[in-house]
Amino acid sequence: MSTVTDTKRKAPAGERVADWADGRLGIYGLAKANMRKIFPDHWSFMLGEICLYSFIIIILTGVYLTLFFHPSMNEVVYHGSYEPMQGIRMSEAYASTLDISFDVRGGLLVRQIHHWAAVIFLAGMFVHMFRVFFTGAYRKPREINWLFGFLLFVLGMFTGFTGYSLPDDLLSGTGVRFTQGAILSMPIVGTYISMFLFGGEFPGTDIIARFYSIHILLLPGIMLGLVVGHLILVFFHKHTQFAGPGKTNKNVVGMPLLPVYMAKAGGFFFLVFGFISIVAAIASINPIWALGPYRPDQVSTGAQPDWYMGFAEGFVRVMPGWEINLWGHTLVLGVLIPLVLFGVILAALALYPFLESWITGDKREHHILDKPRNAPTRTALGVAWVTIYFVMLIGGGNDIWATHFHLSLNAISWFVRIAFFLGPVLAFIVTRRICLGLQRRDKEKVLHGRESGTIKRLPHGEFVEIHEPLGPEQLYALTAHEQYKPLEIGPTVDKNGVERKPSALQKLRARLSRSYYGEGNQIAKPTAEEYKEITSGHGHH
Amino acid sequence: MSSQEIPEERLPAEQDTAHGAVEVADDPFADPGLPAHRPRIQDIDERAAKRSERTVALMFTMSMLATVGFIASYVIFPVDKIVFIWPFGHVSALNFSLGLTLGLALFLIGTGAVHWARTLMSDVEVADDRHPIEAAPEVKAKVLADFAAGAQESALGRRKLIRNTMFGALALVPLSGVVLLRDLGPLPEKKLRKTLWAKGKQLVNMNTMEPLRPEDVVVGSLTFAMPEGLEEDAHDFQNQIAKAALMIVRIEPDDIKDKRQREWAHEGIVAFSKICTHVGCPISLYEQQTHHVLCPCHQSTFDLSDGARVIFGPAGHPLPQLRIGVNSEGNLEALGDFAEPVGPAFWERG
Ligand code: HEM
Ligand code: FES
Repeated sequence: MSTVTDTKRKAPAGERVADWADGRLGIYGLAKANMRKIFPDHWSFMLGEICLYSFIIIILTGVYLTLFFHPSMNEVVYHGSYEPMQGIRMSEAYASTLDISFDVRGGLLVRQIHHWAAVIFLAGMFVHMFRVFFTGAYRKPREINWLFGFLLFVLGMFTGFTGYSLPDDLLSGTGVRFTQGAILSMPIVGTYISMFLFGGEFPGTDIIARFYSIHILLLPGIMLGLVVGHLILVFFHKHTQFAGPGKTNKNVVGMPLLPVYMAKAGGFFFLVFGFISIVAAIASINPIWALGPYRPDQVSTGAQPDWYMGFAEGFVRVMPGWEINLWGHTLVLGVLIPLVLFGVILAALALYPFLESWITGDKREHHILDKPRNAPTRTALGVAWVTIYFVMLIGGGNDIWATHFHLSLNAISWFVRIAFFLGPVLAFIVTRRICLGLQRRDKEKVLHGRESGTIKRLPHGEFVEIHEPLGPEQLYALTAHEQYKPLEIGPTVDKNGVERKPSALQKLRARLSRSYYGEGNQIAKPTAEEYKEITSGHGHH
Repeated sequence: MSSQEIPEERLPAEQDTAHGAVEVADDPFADPGLPAHRPRIQDIDERAAKRSERTVALMFTMSMLATVGFIASYVIFPVDKIVFIWPFGHVSALNFSLGLTLGLALFLIGTGAVHWARTLMSDVEVADDRHPIEAAPEVKAKVLADFAAGAQESALGRRKLIRNTMFGALALVPLSGVVLLRDLGPLPEKKLRKTLWAKGKQLVNMNTMEPLRPEDVVVGSLTFAMPEGLEEDAHDFQNQIAKAALMIVRIEPDDIKDKRQREWAHEGIVAFSKICTHVGCPISLYEQQTHHVLCPCHQSTFDLSDGARVIFGPAGHPLPQLRIGVNSEGNLEALGDFAEPVGPAFWERG
């Protein structure tokens, strides 16, 4: 009977609380698997944490802001403490944002933390996403988590957009107008969606309230679910690790969650929060009072969205204004094509893991990360994607480039248009070459050792650098990566002499496989024989 | 076929094109196993460990002081006090001190915890096993059997009538939700084609709020106008001005290249929609020599001396022109509404 043990020893209070909870929630079972869970250490694994923490900071500060913000487009005349706006007509949303900035003590700080955290959240996701991409962490079994993460990135963009639209200032109103114009360009449904979204014509009196519920409830609700799912999957799959001595596909090497990661990750939360608070103290962001309330017939120059919308903005800016008028209808290609490209380019990134696994046909689990150089084609494709992204960011800020660097807008537009097509191709070629070069250097290092920096003079006068052989740990780490053989279609006649015609899809797949893993597209790892041959016998240097 | 059965270091070399198996090269060097743990100074020298402890405690203490500083700043600094702080310039004293103290209070907790973890907690690396995610074959067989039993007992496959009507009901019921969205907004109808402008409406100068007279419009200046009768405090002011805003310039009639434009002008005074035909920003920049106007949003540029043709940028068609004249009082007036919809293009525009 359990009372026997109970009487023997009076459990401390903490244990008694835990017992109580265990009897209802089964927490000991949960803790058994997770409390000392092993997490590998690498600086790049902190990127996901930055996202998580800025997301938490965004939620905390956002709830505070809801206490003071009025999501209403009712017109009021301003009588708050910001002198320059005295007596000006504005929406209640704008007026309450001024109040938060000038009348609520600390309100400005919280507003700025919220906005800075959003900027960092999206930047963090972008970098984290590419950490996952370039190391191949999205391979089986993590494809679903890749999609969760991708969705978080996309939803994060829209949450940010709806968020900075809420103050109803001149800049954000212009952004909303832009969105409405883009919606109008959609064939057949455009005008209907616009009317339904805005509750009538632009701007109407509903959009702020509707964006509000989307911004504080709908999107963050979905994102919270995705973040939780994302983290559960990270725990369930266990974290990936880079190749190295003692690290295999069947283990995970690192330090336990309790105490090391609890302290490091917990501490890191405070570091991120502290950093963002200090930034919010010294760097102003979105000073809505400098712009004035939104009016559809007024605009500020140099209008720029937050950085994560610059990619979409770029397409819209550099696209030629094509319009097709036929049978009483207008196809607004000049706006529609950017809209479609925006979706297609994002979708390409989301679906890439599935393309790669189709090409390799690899159905195994992968827990060892690739060094980017060891997957040259993947890395080159990733860099090509990033190139498009940054080219479009340049396009999105074309007026800023023009005024700051005294360039003509026309020149920038043409640069961006050409770079959109040429940039990724060049980036692909250059990146693949660099990767192959690095692979060659690794091979060189394995076979001939590391350059020691010591110069030796040979008897006949020649100077050579001494190479030190690598230790077994480095030898292993540099050669542990897998190399696929390209897929061959095989004989077109099978064993029984029956002719077998490979389908177009199979041929395509074999072609792609060759371009990933074929000769010249990866440098074969040094073999043990090569190594022995070189290191044994004659004096190498 | 379970992928776990394949020895991971070598997948079948035999190319199976149906499944597309691949061959993976062997590792040439043996795994030497986890390197031995190297002790830190704190692991062997108790004095060093004590120093680390004091450093961590100092950080936590300073964090407490920073929080006190936060509360003090909140109480001390008036919300509207502006101070000059190099190199940040004129900043709100309250925002600056609150942010800095809060930031420090948090940051110091962070550095304390991380320093503690790095110097005093065990840094011995250990290995945990991974287990395949896929279920063992027995588990899978049991689940499939359970499912089959459940499906069998429900008789869903056999009782087609129930199955089909249930799917029908489930498919229809979300329609109610869709129907409920209908009142989100009105139908577009002709709303995007009409503005407040009509025959006889006077042009009101948006600077002075007075009716605009031809002599008010001088060469080289850009004037903004709206229809008479539209008041800034009207409930639909924003919606109306979003379509009706006008841009007026005076151009030597001989410099006007477009014939219709010249006819719709009044002695060289031309009125164009101020709303960009790209995605609807208001146009604001005017180059008097060339009569080009520029939209600040995406830099579409229109030539007001040539039918407001697009000469640069992503806009797809010219700005609509409003036909104007002068009424008996000598004020500028509209001679009708715009002939085409203003603002961004849309499917029904034609
Ligand atoms: C709200 C946003 C996000 C949060 C809070 C978050 C958080 C995290 C954390 C803490 C980890 C573990 C540490 C690490 O590998 O960095 C992780 C892993 C992962 N994340 Fe995210 N992440 C977010 C967004 C994304 C995005 C945008 C992607 C990619 C599209 C992504 C894909 C992944 C994948 C596949 C893993 C597993 C990688 C591995 O185990 O090495 N996540 N995430
Ligand atoms: S709205 Fe004028 S150029 Fe885009």
